Amino acid sequence: MNMQNIWFIMKREFNGYFATPVAYVFIIIFLLLTGFSTFYVGNFFERGEADLYPFFSLHPWLYILLIPAISMRLWAEERKSGSVELLMTLPVSVFEAVLGKFMAAWAFTGLALLLNFPLWITVNYLGNPDNGVIIASFLGSLLMAGGFLAIGSCISAITKNQVIAFVISLVISLIFVLSGFGIVIDFFAGWAPQTLVDAISSFSFLTHFDAISKGVIDLRDMFYFISLIAIWLFANALIVNARKAD
Amino acid sequence: MTTRIEIEDLAKHFGAIKAVDGVSFSVSKGEVLGFLGPNGAGKSTTMKMITGFLSPTRGTVRVCGYDVLTDPISVKANLGYLPEGAPAYADMTPDSFLHFIAEIRGLKGSDKKKAVALAAERARITTVMFQPIETLSKGYKRRVGLAQAILHNPPVLILDEPTDGLDPNQKHEVRTLINEMAEDKAIIISTHILEEVHALCNRNVVISSGKIKFDGSPQELESRSRYYNAVCVNVANIEQQTFESFLSSLEFVASVEPLSGAEGFRVYPRDGQQITAELSEKIRANGWDIDALHAEAGRLDEVFRSITMPNAESK
Repeated sequence: MNMQNIWFIMKREFNGYFATPVAYVFIIIFLLLTGFSTFYVGNFFERGEADLYPFFSLHPWLYILLIPAISMRLWAEERKSGSVELLMTLPVSVFEAVLGKFMAAWAFTGLALLLNFPLWITVNYLGNPDNGVIIASFLGSLLMAGGFLAIGSCISAITKNQVIAFVISLVISLIFVLSGFGIVIDFFAGWAPQTLVDAISSFSFLTHFDAISKGVIDLRDMFYFISLIAIWLFANALIVNARKAD
Repeated sequence: MTTRIEIEDLAKHFGAIKAVDGVSFSVSKGEVLGFLGPNGAGKSTTMKMITGFLSPTRGTVRVCGYDVLTDPISVKANLGYLPEGAPAYADMTPDSFLHFIAEIRGLKGSDKKKAVALAAERARITTVMFQPIETLSKGYKRRVGLAQAILHNPPVLILDEPTDGLDPNQKHEVRTLINEMAEDKAIIISTHILEEVHALCNRNVVISSGKIKFDGSPQELESRSRYYNAVCVNVANIEQQTFESFLSSLEFVASVEPLSGAEGFRVYPRDGQQITAELSEKIRANGWDIDALHAEAGRLDEVFRSITMPNAESK
């Protein structure tokens, strides 16, 4: 694994987001949606508490919609334009390419997330929040975004069509979030054995993100997201290898 | 001569289709190998296997001694590749694209700058370095791809149809560039433009239906033509019929046919020998005035057809 190659590929991919208006449109929509969800859905003011829980707790739902839009181009476009042939005949391994592209998408998401800093200023102006909790929640949210991105990147390698990549990634992300949702759990809880119910809910982003969004960083939650990213990216590399020339 | 590319019994099957079926050849330093064949013959597939993009069904490829299956990174580091259609990152400028390639190729600092500048100059794209690649004309896009392939001065170059879709001036420039680099590299060029056989190559491999049908020099390829060393001749002040029977009677002549659309005859030699001098001597000995006399080169399109479509009429 050549770290420099990962860095070069990441840099190129990251700049690629800004070569077109896509990045700016995405960031603006992301900020509008986080603002909207924090103030209207999360009742930021009405709660009367100096924290960013309303902001972070809705991230899984925003990511379902927005992360596939970031990840859909990663491999689908590469294969459609034929540049995958160029990339895969440069002296880089497929794992370096997969990681480089994933890191670029992740860094871009991190940037979009950081641009919510006015919320942080607001909450610090209005009260005395626990900024440690906010930083922990921020990192947790970023980690979860990585999970969504790894799914999206892998799906993007399956097709040359970005719209198909978007839709399939969205559906799979939805499944990963919903499996911890109350209604789904209740549906299974009525008849399925408790171990199965636990297994389904333990696969959910919601289950693992809930604690994180309150600022509690549990190693098991971190391990969950990191292994999820690793597994999806590994599958991503296998798919790129198998389908690059189709 | 040092062998740079060795290919043994290379095959690629897509289901029941044998795209490449047991191809073997090697290319040495200084050789420019023209890889000819009809569309779908397996040229691109073979090149994709040499560059490690496709994995072969069977067979081995070695580039500069490295096996593409066991050490693909070393193979890729030693070659420059222009894929068919010259794909690039459309939203980048040639400048940032070439810098990216240079970085991946392990070039740093002033070496990187020099390599990018030299490649841009050789591919003649210095005037468009800061325009997005997607806005460039087809010819410039192709040359950006070429600049990318030669950037790290690789010992081996694989160029898939480097002049396809270029205008005559651009073709000439690309050929000049390849000729400039030919001396210290091993180059494989795929093409179906037959004039490039002479303009570029010192060796040809003709492939059809996944198999090698010919491997030799351009002269050998031409000598397969029935027109090879044929002589077109006409004389003044003599009955055409008399002249024809005279030509047919000569012992070094295999056959004679009248030229279409002009006075005179085309004379085919026995065993493809050169007969120009002898023929003109015999005609002069009869005291006739030669109006026109020239030897023909082989016709590559005819050879190409007869090699790749053996069942078709070679007319």
